[in-house]
Amino acid sequence: MDKIYGLGAEFKSASELYHAAEKVRDKGFIRWDAHSPFPIHGMDQAMGLGRSRLSFWSLMGGAVGLTVAFLMIFLISDEGAIATWIGKFTNQNYPLVVQGKPYFAVEPSVPIFFELTILITAFGTIAALLVMNLLPRWHHPVFNWDRFAKVTDDKFFIVIESRDPKFDEAETKQFLEGLGAECVALIRDE
Amino acid sequence: MESSATTLPETQIMKREPLVTNQRSMAWITDKVSGIVEGKTPSWWWIATLITGAIAVLVPIFITYLVSTGVGVWGNNNPIMWAWDITNFVFWIGIGHAGTLISAILYLTRQKWRTSINRSAEAMTIFAVLCAALFPVFHVGRVWFAWWLFPVPNANGIWQNFKSPLLWDVFAVSTYFTVSLLFWYTGLVPDLATLRDRAKSRFKQIIYGIFALGWRGSNRQWRHYEKAYLILAGISTPLVLSVHSVVSFDFATSVIPGWHTTIFPPYFVAGAIFGGFAMVLTLLLPARAIFKLHDLITQKHIDNMCKIILLTGTIVGYAYSMEFFIAWYSGNEFEKFTFMNRALGPYWWAYWTMISCNVLSPQLFWFKFCRTNPFVIFFVINCVNAGMWFERFVIIVTSLHRDFLPSSWGYFKPTHVDILTFIGTIGLFVFLFLLFIRVLPMIAVFEVKSILPEADPHYHGEKKG
Repeated sequence: MDKIYGLGAEFKSASELYHAAEKVRDKGFIRWDAHSPFPIHGMDQAMGLGRSRLSFWSLMGGAVGLTVAFLMIFLISDEGAIATWIGKFTNQNYPLVVQGKPYFAVEPSVPIFFELTILITAFGTIAALLVMNLLPRWHHPVFNWDRFAKVTDDKFFIVIESRDPKFDEAETKQFLEGLGAECVALIRDE
Repeated sequence: MESSATTLPETQIMKREPLVTNQRSMAWITDKVSGIVEGKTPSWWWIATLITGAIAVLVPIFITYLVSTGVGVWGNNNPIMWAWDITNFVFWIGIGHAGTLISAILYLTRQKWRTSINRSAEAMTIFAVLCAALFPVFHVGRVWFAWWLFPVPNANGIWQNFKSPLLWDVFAVSTYFTVSLLFWYTGLVPDLATLRDRAKSRFKQIIYGIFALGWRGSNRQWRHYEKAYLILAGISTPLVLSVHSVVSFDFATSVIPGWHTTIFPPYFVAGAIFGGFAMVLTLLLPARAIFKLHDLITQKHIDNMCKIILLTGTIVGYAYSMEFFIAWYSGNEFEKFTFMNRALGPYWWAYWTMISCNVLSPQLFWFKFCRTNPFVIFFVINCVNAGMWFERFVIIVTSLHRDFLPSSWGYFKPTHVDILTFIGTIGLFVFLFLLFIRVLPMIAVFEVKSILPEADPHYHGEKKG
């Protein structure tokens, strides 16, 4: 199997990567990525990426959490649906009267509304993070390039995939070398 | 900003202290922090781990004894139905709060110095919450029915009382633990990838590789990652404030004089941050000295933490005096009695230990000498650690031991089970922390790199001149 995944270029500093990314973006590549040991401020613009939409799923998580909390307390506290329904099977249902207060009220439920909202927001955020980043993905062609291990240390990389319509092995290689890369290499897929 | 800086004469620019001293490179940081995990296990580590592990064994021993015998093995009895167990619970959960404060609130306020300390503080949070959860769980008595706290149907048709602060606690603490764990793990992923890429043995590559989720530092991933981290920080901030508020509701919603006060939530939160920062320093000062992390955990970090301890300690002192003022101002006989009894009654020793440890000792941090001398710092923070335990003891036990009827007054004496279980949790806490520093990077490598000057894409070499 000699399938080519793409071309990788190694840079030695965040600013070099940043300026190289701007040029790759301006050249019109789509299927490419910049890799760095830490998030670089302004890199999204340099790559021409918009804002992350992950927060939408956090909001959804929060909405689900609040709804679940409300329904849970509401349906359980009163002689509500759940309690009555389960009571049918167990022949027992004892709604708790506490200090003569109503079965359900919003005020004492606020802490639980709040905590469950936070909890499900966190779940939504993490789930969205994994899905949007397509993680976990333990194998990836970029790992076939031995120098790439330094991405978690102090090296910076740009990888242009061969799937990109503008990709041309010789020409793209020359282009990447022209960006000041320390090393340009072909990355194989297996 | 760059242009305005260059137009100013050199003398007018206050140089900001660097957060990583000696101009360390990224590779140095990676080597230094990963080296702690990868290097040969030092002999002190074995000794410390064995000792704390042996102490930690007290927890399962005495919990087993408690479960098999009954909650009566603790010294709790009428009128002091809550004593060391709840004291320990509030103590540990409070310690956890500094971790979330450092990781979330300092992140939102863009305090870059947090990067060197947030990882170990978050780990501390998780271990502290584990120790905390132990006490209320086993205090329920028949612990095998603890699942009744969760809204799942049981055969008796009785549902939870959602108006009870104790049930709020169940939700608050379990949410807090889960979110802290997720936050911690999210922060760990890029560093686990670092360890994966550096690992020499196949076994380590696989283990770290699995937990690193195949992270490859791609900017398309960082984009979502940073957003997720920001959101987690954003939700953790109100969460941490709510958790200790809910803990304080356990007391504040009751009608016991000394507990029934509206000052409790902010007072508890300030106290939690205060005690938590002291514990962060207690763990990090020795670690810094042993692993020679002086370039990463600099004097500035310690100075900042000391100042936070001074600030929150003073807030706590203000809360103590305000409680007294309100007790007098309320004109309520019982309230007045409770507070006079706290300071001058049979538990005067606990009260004045609390005052001297929590209010007086941090005042040393007004002086720069005290904020730079590790021995003074270590002395003060251990006073604070002890003082914060005494604070909870004072609040809980002194309010209960003399209630409305003099005929039911009492004096709490802890049993050996009380004492040894608490000592066991201290051992467990340190033991877990020692395990943590051997297997995971105790400093957030990627975050420290991101605050280096060369991490700025517009940085083009040090300006000479």
